[in-house]
Amino acid sequence: MKEFIEFIEYIISSYKLIINLLADHLRLTAMSVGLALLIGIPLGILISYVKRLKKPVLGVTNVIQAIPSMALLGFAIPFLGIGTVPAVTIVVLYSLLPIVKNTVTGITNINAETLESAKGIGLTRFQVLTKVQIPLALPVIMAGVRIAAVTSVGLMTIAAYIGADGLGYLVFSGIRTLNNNQILAGAIPACLLALFVDFIGNTAEKLVTPISLQTNSKQDKKQIENKRRNSLILLGISVIFIIAIFVLSAFL
Amino acid sequence: MLEFRNIVKKFKETLVINDISFSVKKGELVVLIGESGCGKTTTLKMINRLIDPTSGTILINGEDIAKKDVISLRRNMGYVIQQTGLFPHMSVKENIEIIPKVSKINAKKIKDKTLELMEMIGMNPDEFLERYPIELSGGQQQRIGVARAFAMDPEIILMDEPFSALDPITRASLQEELINIQTHMKKTIIFVTHDMSEAIKIADRICIMNNGKILQYDTPENIMKNPINDFVSRFVGKNRIWSSPELIKVKDIMIESPITIQPKASLFQCMEKMREHKIDSLMVVELHTNKLLGIIKAKHIQPYKNRNIEVEKIMKKDFSHALPEESIVEVLKLINDTQESTLPIVNEKGCLVGLITKSSLVTTLSQPFVEQKEVI
Repeated sequence: MKEFIEFIEYIISSYKLIINLLADHLRLTAMSVGLALLIGIPLGILISYVKRLKKPVLGVTNVIQAIPSMALLGFAIPFLGIGTVPAVTIVVLYSLLPIVKNTVTGITNINAETLESAKGIGLTRFQVLTKVQIPLALPVIMAGVRIAAVTSVGLMTIAAYIGADGLGYLVFSGIRTLNNNQILAGAIPACLLALFVDFIGNTAEKLVTPISLQTNSKQDKKQIENKRRNSLILLGISVIFIIAIFVLSAFL
Repeated sequence: MLEFRNIVKKFKETLVINDISFSVKKGELVVLIGESGCGKTTTLKMINRLIDPTSGTILINGEDIAKKDVISLRRNMGYVIQQTGLFPHMSVKENIEIIPKVSKINAKKIKDKTLELMEMIGMNPDEFLERYPIELSGGQQQRIGVARAFAMDPEIILMDEPFSALDPITRASLQEELINIQTHMKKTIIFVTHDMSEAIKIADRICIMNNGKILQYDTPENIMKNPINDFVSRFVGKNRIWSSPELIKVKDIMIESPITIQPKASLFQCMEKMREHKIDSLMVVELHTNKLLGIIKAKHIQPYKNRNIEVEKIMKKDFSHALPEESIVEVLKLINDTQESTLPIVNEKGCLVGLITKSSLVTTLSQPFVEQKEVI
């Protein structure tokens, strides 16, 4: 009980620092996932067309994923130094595999006859991609993005070890100074953040799934539409919450 | 309208289409049929250039399609495949309107056309336009597929086994509808199937393929009557004609040289001729022209003791008759109605060309059953 009160006291005394680090953590994670999306999705689309590239690209991303994250961070220091840049780079590399792999799977797993009829009725290759392939693959792509985002939150915590901002700072400095309260003040928000990101990913995944592909459970279309509206509202609240953190960190 | 000239297609070293040439007239419904792997789908897909021929040319209205823009070629050609052809993430409306929309046709026109198409396929727009393919039955999905093919008002429509995954009742009603639509819209339709009864039902002409070659390209009637070789007759099914009796014409089953007598002959001569040929009636025809004047039967002659009377005095002049082009069904009806045992067949000029009797009908109609018994 005494420890708990001490922990609360610590949080109250250093809430400014915690919120600032939380905002940094979010910013860096968002940046990394954003970059990974910009690289990963086009790469995934490319290799689903150019079959020759599929094996090498998936091979490389697989190898990156297989390297322990700590070692990868270590590799980054001689080339990129310490701080935000190597941290973001490593997290981007780490997030590539699920995004690329799911993009390829999503696009190549579409029924061949659907694609042939799209071609046969006179859609151009680009129209087939944007009007048929991507909409149908989006749920699968989104599942990859969700995995990437959740791992990014975790990895960004470790990246504090090489000098990146974020909640990991509290954890590592707490370990060095044997301050359990500080460790928990970093670890608990990091956990909550990971869960929160997972929740956003899950909601987004449901929203991008075409209504028609959700009716498999024989649910009423009305019910699904209501659910979608609720998800949209939840997503809106989440976004407001994130903005609030940023605004708060700017004023503190 | 559509012409194949010496089309050859090889996939690597395998010859899939072996030098075929045929042409389709405007407004015709041609069915390509054959066992799987015979090249019928490949042939169809060459028309909208999903597959390019190894050599040879395909002409539409005299223009080589290889020289046309492939996208506009496809947009002006309907394409219907099995259910999976609809896009699952789009509503019925979006599915029908996709090509008009990407072709930048104005919204009002698209909307009117969609409503018109929904009416054509007999589906209520208010009820169905906002639904997704998954919410429709197989038959309804296929109707939407057909509607989408008509969206750009194409001259040619390609159909690749569109009804094969449907239950027999739905399939039959869609076939009926297709025939209806075809008679109204007069589109040129190329239809691939492996179901012979479907082909016979809907086709203007049937093209039977095997091993990348065309075996026979003719009307359903001619294919059933004169299959060109054993393969075709086996494929068509030997007794297939009996399931569509309206295709059996009088001229196919009539006795071609009935026994006749001239009007000036005496009753005695009549009796002699009947005895000689073991029959009980004679056709009385004018000499040289072969014009049918009347019928004389044994039972008409019997009351007359004087066998020197000329036959034209007592012959039956009000007889029912049939034309050689009439179908067997009509003849059966006529015989049933009149209870006549003999029915002369005359051409437009009134000349006798043949004869159908009750016994010759029995012989013809018993053919499929008697033959089957022999096989067993």
